[in-house]
Amino acid sequence: MEKLLLVIKREYWTRVRKPTFILATILTPLGIGLFFVVMGFIMTYEGEEKRHVAIIDSSNILGEDVSITSGSGLSFEKTSEALDKLKQDERFDAVLELPPLGDLSSSDYEVNYYSDEGILGVGVLESIKGGLERNVYRYKAEQYGFEKAQLESLDTDVSLERKTLDDSAPEVSTNASYTAMVIGGVMGFFMYFAVFLYGMMVLRSVSEEKTNRIVEIMVSSVKPFQLMMGKIIGVGLVGLTQVLIWAIMIPIILVITQLIFGMDPQAMQEASANMPGSGDTKEAEQTLMIFIQEIKAQNWLLILPLFVVYFLGGYIMYSSLFAAVGSAVGDDTGESQSLTLPISLPVLIAFYMMFAVIRSPESWLASFASIFPLFSPIVMPARLAFSPPWWEIVLSLVVLILSVIFFVWLSGRIYRIGILMYGKKASFKEIGKWIFRKD
Amino acid sequence: MNILEVQDVTKQYSGHTAVDDVTFSVPKGCVFGLLGPNGAGKTSLIRIITGITEADKGTVVLDGGKLDGRDPLQIGYMPEERGLYKQMKVDELLIYLARLKGMSKADALKESNAWLGRLEISDWKKRKISELSKGMAQKIQFISTVMHKPKLLILDEPFSGLDPINANLIRDEIFQLKEQGTSIILSTHRMEQVEAFCDAIVMINKGKNVLEGTVSGIKERFKEHKYEIGFRNDIPDNLPSQGTVLEKRGNTLLFQANNEADANAFLGGIIRNGVEIRSFREVLPSVNEIFIMVAGAPVETENAA
Repeated sequence: MEKLLLVIKREYWTRVRKPTFILATILTPLGIGLFFVVMGFIMTYEGEEKRHVAIIDSSNILGEDVSITSGSGLSFEKTSEALDKLKQDERFDAVLELPPLGDLSSSDYEVNYYSDEGILGVGVLESIKGGLERNVYRYKAEQYGFEKAQLESLDTDVSLERKTLDDSAPEVSTNASYTAMVIGGVMGFFMYFAVFLYGMMVLRSVSEEKTNRIVEIMVSSVKPFQLMMGKIIGVGLVGLTQVLIWAIMIPIILVITQLIFGMDPQAMQEASANMPGSGDTKEAEQTLMIFIQEIKAQNWLLILPLFVVYFLGGYIMYSSLFAAVGSAVGDDTGESQSLTLPISLPVLIAFYMMFAVIRSPESWLASFASIFPLFSPIVMPARLAFSPPWWEIVLSLVVLILSVIFFVWLSGRIYRIGILMYGKKASFKEIGKWIFRKD
Repeated sequence: MNILEVQDVTKQYSGHTAVDDVTFSVPKGCVFGLLGPNGAGKTSLIRIITGITEADKGTVVLDGGKLDGRDPLQIGYMPEERGLYKQMKVDELLIYLARLKGMSKADALKESNAWLGRLEISDWKKRKISELSKGMAQKIQFISTVMHKPKLLILDEPFSGLDPINANLIRDEIFQLKEQGTSIILSTHRMEQVEAFCDAIVMINKGKNVLEGTVSGIKERFKEHKYEIGFRNDIPDNLPSQGTVLEKRGNTLLFQANNEADANAFLGGIIRNGVEIRSFREVLPSVNEIFIMVAGAPVETENAA
């Protein structure tokens, strides 16, 4: 036990102190922060300078408030001067001439603007056009004699709510299942990523030890099983450290980028709302609110511990198999690829199954995949947000734990022979024999 | 009193017998040679002694049952194929390996410093293993094998890849350890290396024990009554009839007699003829030659890599 701790400590510290680890751990959140800064910059890009636009509005369609659109670096000024004179005026970059609305029932309205080429970009023109459409809409409504409240009530939000067929079953809102899909997708993706990244780390490190023959020295002091478990646990702790640092750093960096670059999600939404073809800002805001509420409504006290259990189970199971492969192959990369395939395949299948499962979380496929031990560490965390039946969770956990024990035992049997075996090509048949061979 | 007794040990690997019913014992406090060509089963045997693998059949008793081969604190084993963690610093690695053997941190620190000083590599203490030369890395391996003061030291091809200076250094350390009462098993396929070195040997060929005993005893047993005479001047033409001339090289003559009395008579005859003699010695077969006699096959001897 003491030796196991020593091995774990070494495996952990030598990795965590490596410059590449520190770089990857710090650069990833910075990269994400940079991504948001760049995205925000692109979305709120306002052109190089402020544009001052003169408005000729003889029939007073705009009313008092002439700021047709916010943002886009535009400022507007209503003026009663003649068009020809305005064209010469150095103060204005462009002149917008709003002709009277002849026929209210006509849905066409042509507005001219005067400027040099390239002064008003396509995005700017689109936001001016959108602003004018909103103003004309309001103007027409006033002319027809609608009240403001009546107008607002014309815009109706329709939401589809599912009610259960069985009266006793709890109600699940449609929004909730959208949210679950997102949460499930994120969790499943994370699991897939973690199993592969850290599992391969174990494989590389085992085959390195075998190739440079340090393992011969190690087994004179440590049992091979202790060495293998020390490596698996040590690398697992490295993974947890990395994930924890990301979990703390990413939100902090996002907040900092917001503070420094003044990009809050709302501004980005507005910016995207101004983009051609996008929906209403208000609607987007509402969706976000509902999403946040749904996230808060999830039973995180249950989901998070279970997530950790599945992470550990999946990681230990797969990384022990990767360790067994690493011990069998040594430095032959081609061989290592062909032996890694049978392990990577279930991970990949589970990853694709996860997408099917979050689309239809109550199908038989979902039940099967969240109990079958090679898939459950990736599929079940994705499904947890959909509140699967409790007995399926219990069964899945029991099967997973038994499988972890089995695969660790199996890998230990292969590992102890594999690390001391040189020169022989490790076929599956050969490896199968190792499992049953005496020490 | 024996430090190691190997009794009828057999080990098979998928159809091929690596160790075939081997029996021998190692007396306490001596340097013992485990000899045999490459692939003879030496490493398999060592792995059984150190408890890394289990024998299919037979027993291994260490120090009359007082030593546990699986207890790394009592055994120092330097495998033939040995590496180090390249990314670790010298002192970190030594302390790590010592603690895995069961030493306390304080002891490990003290011993590693003492040994690094002794082998003159203290300056490299804080360097990474990857920065070390091959010879230095081998010193580190040797330190890690002996720093916990094991009662039994097992060295598998300890000189392979060592330059002559380092080989001498390690050899001196091995003698020092022997002086301090450590029993040492030295496994090698380079038999000429061990002649001056080992008190007793066992020869393994194709998994079998083919010869066992003290080096001097074995040489005595296999001696062929060959003698070498060095003359002051040229070798005389008429030589006594008691010996067969094997070779004449400059002023040196190699001859074979049937027994010691004949050899004496041969020498006496020359002296009586008034020929001046500079030297006279018995030529004993080398361990390598004895192995060929016993095993009936030439033994490949590699030059040091």
